[in-house]
Amino acid sequence: MAGLATLHPSSKAAARGWSDLTIRNLFIIPTLLFLIIFNVFPLIYSLGYSFTDFRASVNEPVKFVGLANYRELLNDPRIWNNFWVTAKYVMVSVTGQMVIGFGLALLLNRKIPAKGLITTLLMLPMMMSAAVVGLFWRLLYDPSWGPLNYVLGLGNLAWLSDANLALYAVAITDIWMWAPFVMLLSLAGLSAVPQHLYEAAAIDRAGSWYTFFHITLPLVSPLLLIALIFRTMEAFKTFDIAYILSTQPTTELVSIKLYKFAFQEWQTGKSCALAYIVLIMVLAITNIYVKYLNKAKER
Amino acid sequence: MAVVTSSRKKVWNRVAIAAVLVIAIAFLSPLYWIGSTAFKPRSLATSVPPTVFFQPEITPFIKLFTKRVQLTKPVDPAVYDAAPWYEQRIYDGGERILRVGPNIQMSQYPNRFMNSLIVAIISTFLAVSMGTITAYGFSRFKMAGESDWLFFILSTRMLPPIVVAIPMYLMYRTVGLNDSHIGLIILYTAFNLSFSVWLMKGFMDEIPKEYEEAALVDGYTRMQSFFKIVLPEAVTGIAATSVFCFITAWNEYAFALIMTNRRAQTAPPFIPSQIGSGLADWTVIAAGTFLFILPVAIFTFMLRNHLLRGVTFGAIRK
Repeated sequence: MAGLATLHPSSKAAARGWSDLTIRNLFIIPTLLFLIIFNVFPLIYSLGYSFTDFRASVNEPVKFVGLANYRELLNDPRIWNNFWVTAKYVMVSVTGQMVIGFGLALLLNRKIPAKGLITTLLMLPMMMSAAVVGLFWRLLYDPSWGPLNYVLGLGNLAWLSDANLALYAVAITDIWMWAPFVMLLSLAGLSAVPQHLYEAAAIDRAGSWYTFFHITLPLVSPLLLIALIFRTMEAFKTFDIAYILSTQPTTELVSIKLYKFAFQEWQTGKSCALAYIVLIMVLAITNIYVKYLNKAKER
Repeated sequence: MAVVTSSRKKVWNRVAIAAVLVIAIAFLSPLYWIGSTAFKPRSLATSVPPTVFFQPEITPFIKLFTKRVQLTKPVDPAVYDAAPWYEQRIYDGGERILRVGPNIQMSQYPNRFMNSLIVAIISTFLAVSMGTITAYGFSRFKMAGESDWLFFILSTRMLPPIVVAIPMYLMYRTVGLNDSHIGLIILYTAFNLSFSVWLMKGFMDEIPKEYEEAALVDGYTRMQSFFKIVLPEAVTGIAATSVFCFITAWNEYAFALIMTNRRAQTAPPFIPSQIGSGLADWTVIAAGTFLFILPVAIFTFMLRNHLLRGVTFGAIRK
């Protein structure tokens, strides 16, 4: 058994009451069991179904089909299109968030009146329900009376019903929600840059570009990387905001396809197979994320 | 700022401050829009050009909370006179809709709002209490494969909701937990538990071990020192974690959409479903949205010093 406790096991204090080992197990094991029962067990259940032609809507005997679901999915150009749409969405929305978020942080990284209030206000969108945000952006995007077209002078631009534009409209909404997240992490990084480095650079008459690329960026990059990985993962999983904003096939992200497979077409077996493909990708990104998170912690 | 403050730098500073203000206003205008639409008379909600300033109106909230029917012809003056002031107000606004029957019937909104409250509060309580003791366990005792277990715990949080929802839906159907409060509470507890463990572990690590050791020397048992020394020290952390968990459960959409449809339906899937087909009354939807996001806005202000910590799962402290 691994060594426990901060106290020597033979000391008087450790002998009173329950042993540290008992307490540790009592405190940790229920949580692990709970997570295994409600997260791991269902996934094992669905792994089993991913090898069958099970349809939850009909009462037919379930047939084992081996890897047929996976084969069909990976050979289906429509599924590849869903992945392509998702990739495009992730790129547009995460790039937008990184650029705007980091830019905002650079602007905010100085003495500004009511800075705390502004920062907190900017955090409001990301704390809100994506479903509700999507809903009220539908009002903003309305082609005939929406305030967005009016303010930008875009006439009757149909943001959400235009097949080419809808994905960008969803991404803009997501950028609105999450750019402040990148800003928050960047600000934390920027405030950690020691002031004397800037002073030294000023004495050496270093240009502002040089200072930015050789002092600011390298010191902020660990936090930027965390923001990048986290947002990439979240954008990859996006469901609510796209599902509510648009019904265009050009905005059919993988998770929306998954939802339709499982709960509209009731192809349960096949949806479980697709879920597994998605799951493996997400776990891979999570692994990278945790690695960098632990690195940031050590600093 | 730097040692040498040139006038060029001063100008640049002013420009940056102006830019921040402009961007902040642009960012917040969608929020102003949804908030203001909740207080507009229906005729101004979809006007061209958009209405920015107007006389605030309470009717959207009345319509939000009560069930009503569309009248085909003007209302009977006798019925109008007998109606309470707020019903008359809606009619005065030019809308031919009135509540049904002699007794005021509530719409589904209060019920959905209550469901959200019940599910969010109970699941938060469960997730935070389990998370706190587990975090203490991980923080104070050694365990074989500790970092692997912590990674496992975090990875459950990262699972896409739909991926988990498919098997959970089938299991719930078998045991009859579909469309039940308990079913949602279990899901949200599981979802928030990992977050709560990670965040609380950060807070626990910050409480000096010496406090407990002193208590142990004074004759406390390990359990007593946990309840009497550690928990009071961790109150801020517990409060911050609770608020984060509450907001997550309050906002959750995908599980609620799949697992509930009537009895236990929460507000996030309900509010968009109000649009339905035909002409939507955006003032009512905005009123419902306004009330729904109000608690989140208040909590965000309370949390402002812990936001960074929360979004990085406790990894970065400020």
